[in-house]
This record gives sequence, C-alpha cells and structure tokens, in this order.
Amino acid sequence: MNSPEQQVVDAWQVGARHFTSRLLVGTGKYRDFDETEKAVAASGAEIVTVAIRRTNLGQDPNAPNLLDFLSPSRYTILPNTAGCHTAEDAVRTLRLARELLEGHTLVKLEVLGEDATLYPNMPETLKAASTLVKEGFEVMVYCSDDPLQARILEDVGCVAIMPLASLIGSGMGILNPWNLELILAAAKVPVIVDAGVGTASDAAIAMEMGCAAVLTNTAIAKAEDPLLMALAMRHAVIAGRSAFRAGRMPKRSYAASASSPAGGLMPSVAHRKTA
Amino acid sequence: MGTIISIQLNGENIDLAARTIGELVDAQGWAGRRIAIERNGAIVPRSCYADTALCSGDTLEVVVAVGGG
Repeated sequence: MNSPEQQVVDAWQVGARHFTSRLLVGTGKYRDFDETEKAVAASGAEIVTVAIRRTNLGQDPNAPNLLDFLSPSRYTILPNTAGCHTAEDAVRTLRLARELLEGHTLVKLEVLGEDATLYPNMPETLKAASTLVKEGFEVMVYCSDDPLQARILEDVGCVAIMPLASLIGSGMGILNPWNLELILAAAKVPVIVDAGVGTASDAAIAMEMGCAAVLTNTAIAKAEDPLLMALAMRHAVIAGRSAFRAGRMPKRSYAASASSPAGGLMPSVAHRKTA
Repeated sequence: MGTIISIQLNGENIDLAARTIGELVDAQGWAGRRIAIERNGAIVPRSCYADTALCSGDTLEVVVAVGGG
C-alpha cells in the first residue's frame, strides 16, 4: 500500500502520452499573456488549449506570441477548432495547426452548431473526427452529453471523449449527471468534462464521478482572481480524483449512525435528578 | 526588386514584390516565428517556403496560435 502522498501521483494517458495533472486549461479570455502564463502555472496543468487564427498583418513581428509564454517544450499544446461550424473548416484548421506545431498530432476537435449557445454540431463533429483519425490525428473530441454520440465517436477512433457539463462559458456545472454516468460506464477512452465548469466544486464533482480529467477556461480566466481560481481548480481536481479512488461511503436516507460510539455514554444529568 | 504582384493575404488585397513564399516570410519578419501558411487552399510546409513561387491572384492564409479554450 502506498502512502496517501504517493497515491496523489496518479498518472493517466491519452493515446500514447502520459500525464500527471488531470486539469486541462484553456488560454482564452485572459487580460494578457503574463496573466495567462501565471494562471496556467498555478493550475498545474500539463495540457493547454490554443486557438488558431489569422496573424495580424502589419503587427510588429517581434511582438510576443502566446507560445513565447507557453512553451511547447514545457506544455502539451492542444490546438482546438473553436469557431469552426463545419467539418471542412475544422479539418483545415487542424491541418494548419499540425504544420504550426511541427507535426504535433494531439488535437481538440469542436464543431459548433450555433453562436447563441455554442452547442456542438454532432453530425459535423463526427464527419471531421472520421477524417482526422484517418489522417493520423489523435482526436480529443468535444461533444454533447449524449451517450450514443459518445460511443460512436469512440468507435471511429477518438482518443478522448469530452462531453459538455453545460454550455461553453456558462459556468452552470454538470447539468445532466445521469447522462455523464452512462458515458463513463461505457467509455474505454478517457472521458473529460469540457465546458460549463463554473467553480472548483463542479470540477471536483466531475472527478468524483470518475472522469479522467476536467478542461476549463472561462471559470479561471473570468474569476475575480484568476490565479487563485487556478489553484482552487488544481486542488479540486486532485480532491475529486482522490475521493473517486477512495470510494465514498454509501448514502443513507435514514438510520444514520453517529460517528462516536453509542456505548459508555454517561447517564443524563436530567435523568439522575429525577431518579 | 522584382515584378509587383497582387495577392490576397488573410483576406486583404496587397501588392508586393516577393517572388516566393520565403521572400514574403522574410519581408514580413515572420522568419523563425511559429506560423503556418496555406496557399490556394494547400498547406505550404516550412521546408518548402523558399521553393514555393508566389503568383498574382494567389490567396494566402497565415495563421498563428492565440489564446482559446
């Protein structure tokens, strides 16, 4: 039996890559690169997501770039397809990302259906996933919390299933734990809650349910103190994961048993007086 | 300077004298930066910049990594 401290080191893997931290963080919505870098460091995350966008023409070519602050030699950079609404656009974006990151194949696929909700477009997501897997990408896929869709994505070869907890940027937490349980029960690849995590307890709940990891961006970047929230998320994921591994006590709606022994109790003072 | 050509770069029409992608990359100060380039819908690998000719009417997309979730 390892000591509890040793048990905290609890590696997991996506495809052939091993990681220690079970918190993945996004890099959007921060005030500046300095805050991004500090929040990512405080989170302890090893995998960080980035978006792919046109470079600003006429910008000082020596102006700092995100990857100057988050070095691909220190972090596993996970390019995403945020903003893509078709399979074609998503595939194109990730081919460019692979070129940009010198052959890197681990990617986050998300194909969005509509701007109002950012709900994933599952038919386009599936189409893109199939193409990308055939082209040798290791696809981590953002999806609805539909257990059947999750299984289909796993069947086409996605290396991680990333169902939403609630809508992107909503901070509403896990709205359908029953669906998430069905996905967790069936999946043979890591299930990572992506989108909707609002605060540390949401991340802890996802981990207690048995998720392999949690991905969050807005909850940290838009907290009043992003660095402190990054630290809170780090601890929440460790706490939730440890609780999952520890195995919680059964819930009981009645006949609660006290934590202290029932025997050896001194007789009540009131009882002695009346005797 | 060579012949001036007109291309579309990230959605903007520009005139320039570069004859190859490599010359464009140098002129824009992108050398050594983490970028990826698509020319007329096909990715141009970094190793091919110097040998890939630019022609009038070409459509180029040049992308970088930015903050995102």
